[in-house]
Formats: sequence, structure tokens, C-alpha cells
Amino acid sequence: MASAPPLPEDDLERDLHTEHQILNMGPSHPATHGTVKFLIELDGETIVDLDVQVGYLHRGFEKECESGSWYQAIPYTDRLCYTSSMLCNVGFCMAVEKLLELETPERCQWLRVLAGEIARISDHLTRLGAAALELQAMTPFLYGIEARELTYDLTELLCGARVTTNYLRIGGVKHDMPPGFTSAAREMIPKIRALIADYGAVVTQNRIFVDRLKGTGVISKEDCIDYAVTGPILRSVGVPYDIRKDQPYLVYDQVDFDVPIGEVGDNYDRYLVVVEEMHQSLRIVEQCLTHLEKTGPGPVNVDDPRVRWPAKGRVFNQMEELIQQFKSVTEGPRVPAGEAYLAIESANGELGFYLVSDGSAVPYKVRCRPPSLINVAPLPIMVRGDMLADLIPTFDFVNMIGGECDR
Amino acid sequence: MDDHGSPVLRALLDAMPDAVLETHAQHGDSTAVVDAARIVEVMRFLRDTPEIEFDMLTDVTAVDYLGEQPRFEMVYHLYSLGKNRRLRVKARVEQEAAEIDTLSPLWSSANWMEREVWDMYGIRFKGHPDLRRLLLYEEFEGHPLRKDYPKEKRQPLVGPRN
Repeated sequence: MASAPPLPEDDLERDLHTEHQILNMGPSHPATHGTVKFLIELDGETIVDLDVQVGYLHRGFEKECESGSWYQAIPYTDRLCYTSSMLCNVGFCMAVEKLLELETPERCQWLRVLAGEIARISDHLTRLGAAALELQAMTPFLYGIEARELTYDLTELLCGARVTTNYLRIGGVKHDMPPGFTSAAREMIPKIRALIADYGAVVTQNRIFVDRLKGTGVISKEDCIDYAVTGPILRSVGVPYDIRKDQPYLVYDQVDFDVPIGEVGDNYDRYLVVVEEMHQSLRIVEQCLTHLEKTGPGPVNVDDPRVRWPAKGRVFNQMEELIQQFKSVTEGPRVPAGEAYLAIESANGELGFYLVSDGSAVPYKVRCRPPSLINVAPLPIMVRGDMLADLIPTFDFVNMIGGECDR
Repeated sequence: MDDHGSPVLRALLDAMPDAVLETHAQHGDSTAVVDAARIVEVMRFLRDTPEIEFDMLTDVTAVDYLGEQPRFEMVYHLYSLGKNRRLRVKARVEQEAAEIDTLSPLWSSANWMEREVWDMYGIRFKGHPDLRRLLLYEEFEGHPLRKDYPKEKRQPLVGPRN
């Protein structure tokens, strides 16, 4: 029996016919935090193209808001970015106040900054914890989540709820901080700092972590601007745009903090920016505590009959106040006809609310400009040419929050 | 027309007086209502004029003014990183045609946000490279943020096609 003739030399170098493979990932994949589907076109393990399909968490936020009172929209905003619900509360209430042309009391503004910064820290900790977990590192995840629990403890002390806060009111906050809050917060802050340091000690110089983050998910400054990307991603390419600095709202012009920026815009830069932002937020929290202690108790709500219920003593003794109370409860505030857009710096970037009122007690239009949705749109250009495994850390540091992205 | 003290509105009014239908600065937000047929021209001017330089299209949405003519209003929010300024540009869209030119050749951010407007309001974007629904599924019938879409309406939920 004759043996097969040897292959000609150039057959070994011959280009074999290969095809791109389409891979479905999601909508519920263990390595993504967020319900989202990727249709990935692969050449071997290299990503050629990507189609991101969002919308799995769509609940009709805007439609629901158009059927209740202005107050009834606030609990819905808790469920937008549920890792930092306080910031969504702040954005919505400030937008309504802009329509009403209300100036909130100073103490209320400090409380809002305090609550908002605690929420920003918990958002960043969730992102870091989940990112570590999805890169198969359990220990840093536990450090991150333990620190996040401490921020939730503080939120609970402040408003009674850990996640769905519903702490803000139009023209104020639900109540002043409870007695003992500042001392509890001062005890908590060093613990949070220590846990962030523990997280960093395991991760920042870790060979595997650095290899997977450095040089992956790179985006250029021009692409960021073209896609209207904001927040830590924009800052990681070296643009120091932070609404708290550039268009200061509340009392951000009275607190001292820095805006960290990156250089190359890869995942590692985003990681460093996020960690530094938590330290800056802790600085702001400390300044808020000092100021709130120094100034002592004071009004935390505007004294405006359109949005505030009259004091109970007056309701029980005067007819007009009783009618006012009845109208406030059954109808809610009437907002003058007009439109307003207000943007705040949320943990993911520019969170904007565009409101239209027709003068009735029901919002005519509530548009939420979700940073998550707009930041996830350029994901294909961030991962094109990278390996399939690089999609995971890139998506982690884009930090798409389904509740806010899909609304 | 009044520029409400905004240098951007002044420049726009000087350059294209017939494209701007109305201006206002309610609650401090400079706003220009422009002719929908000239939206791309206006936006290109706002993006490319050096002293205006709106390099970011931060938000695109629509409002349904049911019963008014024209029925829909497109609302664009622009931001300039260099000048740290905002501007709102609006354009009215007729119910019958429900169509306006896409801005995606000018800003990539328009791509997804215009898909969302198509999804929710059923306004078509002429020249859009990929006008699919964004949040809802392809088989969904109607456009839920239109004011004549009942809030309680239910549809059989079917998965998206691959």
C-alpha cells in the first residue's frame, strides 16, 4: 500500500477558508452586570463588530410619570440608577424646582450634597466590586461590597431606606439628618477608606488585573465627544469635564475637591479615575459634615404653599389651611407652564432631566437623559479589535445600569 | 428677533435669520425654534462655527403636542466643552409625514437617541443608517410615548428576532 504523498511546502502556509462567527451573549450572562444582549462578530477570538441590544429593563418610566403627580415621579427616579438613587432624586427635584423657580434653603443644599456624594461612593464601589468579580477575583469583590454596605448603612440612617431612598422633596428634603448621624458617619469614613485601600492593595498592582485592563477598551477623546460620552469615561481620556465644577449647582462651589483625569482612556485609567473620585467624594462628605455640625439645625424645606403642606396646628384650626392641605394631598403641586433642562453630575456622567409642564398638576413630559445609555453606545468602537475576553472589563467600566439605561 | 443676551442666539440670528422661527430663554435656557427642513444646516453651523463650537449633542428627544399643528416637536440639547455653554434647539414635525433629517452624520451620539425617538414617538429620521427600535422589540405595535397611546394597553410580548 502506497503512503500518501507528502504535502507541498506552501500548503502549510495556505490561507484556509474561514468565516466570521456570530456569537450571542446575554441577555442574562453571568459575566455582565446588567441585562443586555451582545451580538458579537468574531474572527477567532478577536471582536470584529458588536451590536449592543438594550431595553430588557424598560418599564415605561416616562409614560408612568406622565400620569401621576409631580411628587409621584420621585419614587420612580429611585429606580433609575438604583446604585445611586439619591443622585437621581436630586436631578429630578432640582429640575422641578427650576420650573417652579424655587430657591432651596442652604441647609437643604448641604444635605443634598452629602447624600449625593454617599450615593456616588456606593455606585463606584458597586462598579469596582462587580468588575473584580467578573474578572474572577472574589476577595476584592467582598472588600468593595463590604464598603458599599457601610455607605448603605449611612443612607439608611439618613432616610430609613438603603436602596430606594425617596429622600428628596420638591423644595427640600424629607427631614434633617437624625441625631447621631454625623458621629456615625465620622466613624464610618475611616472604615470605608481602609476597605478601599484593601481593595487597591489586592488589585492595583495585580499582574492579572493590570494585564486585563491596560490597553483594553481604549477610546479616543474625539470619539468621546462625538458620542457625547460623559463621566469617568470622558475624564479617563483627559477631559476634566465635571458638571459639579463647570456649572456648579447646590453648594459644590463652596466645597473643595479635585477632578481626577486619565491619559490614554483605557480600562486601567477608568479604574484609577473611579478610585480617586471616591476619595474626593469622601473629602466632600467630611466637609458637609463639618458645615452641618457648625451651622446647627435650620429649615430644610422652602416655605412655599405650592409645594409644602401647612403645619398641622394651622390645618386643624383654619379653614384655608385645611383646604390647602386637602388640595396638596389629592392633587399635588401645580407647576407653571414651561420647559426646563437641568443636568447634574451623576456617578456615570451627565444625568439630565428635560421637563415640560402644561400648567397642570401632572407632568406633560419627563425626559431623563440617561448617562448609561449614551455611554454604552460607543461600546463597539471600544472593543473592536480586542479579544472577546476584553469585552467583560470594558463593559464593567462603562458601568451600564439597566434601570437607568432602559428606563 | 430677540437674542435674550445670548451670543450664540445672536450669531445664529445674524447668519440664518429666516431659519429661526422663535427664540426664548425661559428659566435661563437659551432656546431656538428652527425650521425643521433646515435642521441639518442649522446644526452644522452651530457645530462648525469657531466662536460657537457646540461639539456635543447631549440629548435628543421629542414631545407630542396632540391636537396642535404641527403635532410633534423635536428637542435637541447641545453643549460646548470649550465654551461651557448650552443651547436647546427645537423643530416642529408634522403628524402626517412624521419625518425629519437625521443628525447622525454630524454627531454619532444622534444614532441611538434618534432610534429611541423613532421607537417611542414614531418619528422617522431621513438618512439614518440603522433606524431600528432601541428599547422595545421589533414586533411591538405603535409608539408608546405618543399621547394617544393608552397607558394601560398591553401587547403580547415576543422576543426579538436574531
